[in-house]
Amino acid sequence: MYVRRVELINFRSYERVEVDLDPGPSVLVGRNGVGKTNLVEALGYVATLDSHRVATDVPLVRAGAASAVVRCAIVHDGRELLVELEIVPGRANRARLGRSPVRRPREILGALRMVLFAPEDLELVRGDPDQRRRYLDDLLVARLPRFAGVRADYDRVVKQRNALLRTAYLSRKVGGTRSQDMSTLAVWDTHLARHGAELLAGRLELVAALGPHVAKAYDAVAAGRGAAAIAYAARLGDGLTPDRPALEQALLDRLAERRVAEIERGTTLVGPHRDDLALTLGDLPVKGYASHGESWSVALALRLAAYDLLRADGIEPVLVLDDVFAELDTGRRERLAELVSGSAQLLVTCAVPEDVPAALRGARYDVTPGEVHRAPAA
Amino acid sequence: MYEGAIQDLIDELGRLPGVGPKSAQRIAFHILSADPADVGRLATALRKVKELVRFCTTCYNVAESEQCRICRDPRRTEESICVVEEPKDVVAIERTGEFRGKYHVLGGAINPLEGIGPDNLRIRELLARLGTGAVKELILATDPNTEGEATATYLALMVKPMGIDVSRLASGLPVGGDLEYADEITLGRAFEGRRAV
Repeated sequence: MYVRRVELINFRSYERVEVDLDPGPSVLVGRNGVGKTNLVEALGYVATLDSHRVATDVPLVRAGAASAVVRCAIVHDGRELLVELEIVPGRANRARLGRSPVRRPREILGALRMVLFAPEDLELVRGDPDQRRRYLDDLLVARLPRFAGVRADYDRVVKQRNALLRTAYLSRKVGGTRSQDMSTLAVWDTHLARHGAELLAGRLELVAALGPHVAKAYDAVAAGRGAAAIAYAARLGDGLTPDRPALEQALLDRLAERRVAEIERGTTLVGPHRDDLALTLGDLPVKGYASHGESWSVALALRLAAYDLLRADGIEPVLVLDDVFAELDTGRRERLAELVSGSAQLLVTCAVPEDVPAALRGARYDVTPGEVHRAPAA
Repeated sequence: MYEGAIQDLIDELGRLPGVGPKSAQRIAFHILSADPADVGRLATALRKVKELVRFCTTCYNVAESEQCRICRDPRRTEESICVVEEPKDVVAIERTGEFRGKYHVLGGAINPLEGIGPDNLRIRELLARLGTGAVKELILATDPNTEGEATATYLALMVKPMGIDVSRLASGLPVGGDLEYADEITLGRAFEGRRAV
């Protein structure tokens, strides 16, 4: 899959820009702050309906404009598909597939598959566990769309269960006991265990499949101090296997054990929404022990592993490396180039074009404020 | 802003579900220009719905007398009860013509986020109906979402010990549609719930 053409109207710094792209590697060159990342952010938005930089849509729309439009022509298996997304802050976005409007923007998901590595991804390593759970769940959904439903169901059950526990907590505080509330807690327990086991099994299978890809990617991009490994850190304990009925029973048992604590705290303490992905280098955890450079390399390795895994599944996503090569020395640049060569499409952004290895120097685009121009072939 | 009565009407219409300010204005001006007899009928219908419609004392469906049309119908069996969330679900199931038993309308689903527990639903009334021994089968037709599923599980836990058959509606693909147009969540669930033929 590759993006043949992208058009932005009132997106971030661009009033209007059209860029024709080729399959294989392309390099976007420009000084810091001219809008290289804006361009890949727009593509990322079409792929995930979310920005990797901001939580709200307001900054995506150029000051003074009511809405932003991103239009892409995506070529997949020799067929071209037109995707258009209009971003309207504070209201529902509007999307078109081909020439016809779709009922929900969600329907364009899957039209463009993309793996993006950006400097913000350092948070994957340094940030809270929710960042790593999101990384796992996003990848899970990209491989098996059914998990979008499992994830939504699980989140909803946790929300409802928390609301129930909070009322129980509050009514205990004023001295009353409402046994009626507690009679439905058993119901939410069974649903939490059922959806939780499903999600847990999915994540365990994913981590097992992903592990070798992470080790390989880290080996290529890191200066070679120890091997990187990932492990699923479940609150249920170590050594879990993706056996759904067993996981469901284990969750039910743990819920029974923690019942009193849950009512005292007024929140759900058991389940995969409190798990983490453990990252290690050699024998040491990455968080707290690894240097900035090592942490950054682990974050990059996680994204590259996701890319590798999707490719192994037969999905050929677009790969975007935002501001990556400046952080790497020559040897590691070459190894990264080798790892990602043969991509259906690779978009690289950089300030200094010489940072990008020769093997990845495809078409070059010069980015200046508000404009993108293809440089003539050398 | 308009003056007096017309603005009052726009404000009232704007309170209705699914009616925004623009639609409220359009409807208000339509009413203003409509034949007085038509408007009179609408006004009567609005008044009558609050005066005459009550809830059936047996199943809590909407009714115009003590009992609803379905509960009064002697041709329908007392042996099976279908549990739904809202009166409009009764209408939906009636359209199928498949079900010849009686209904029980809960008036919602268990939803702790909105403060709705079993006490706020007509569950005690359902258990009383089941306690008479005439009922052999209970069909749980609550919505296929988180709250509807939780309500179904809750009812199953309460009712199964009474020796009554409890079943839940199946979920899966819409009939008459194309497989390719089903969203991946529905299709994924249909795969999980596949059965031998």
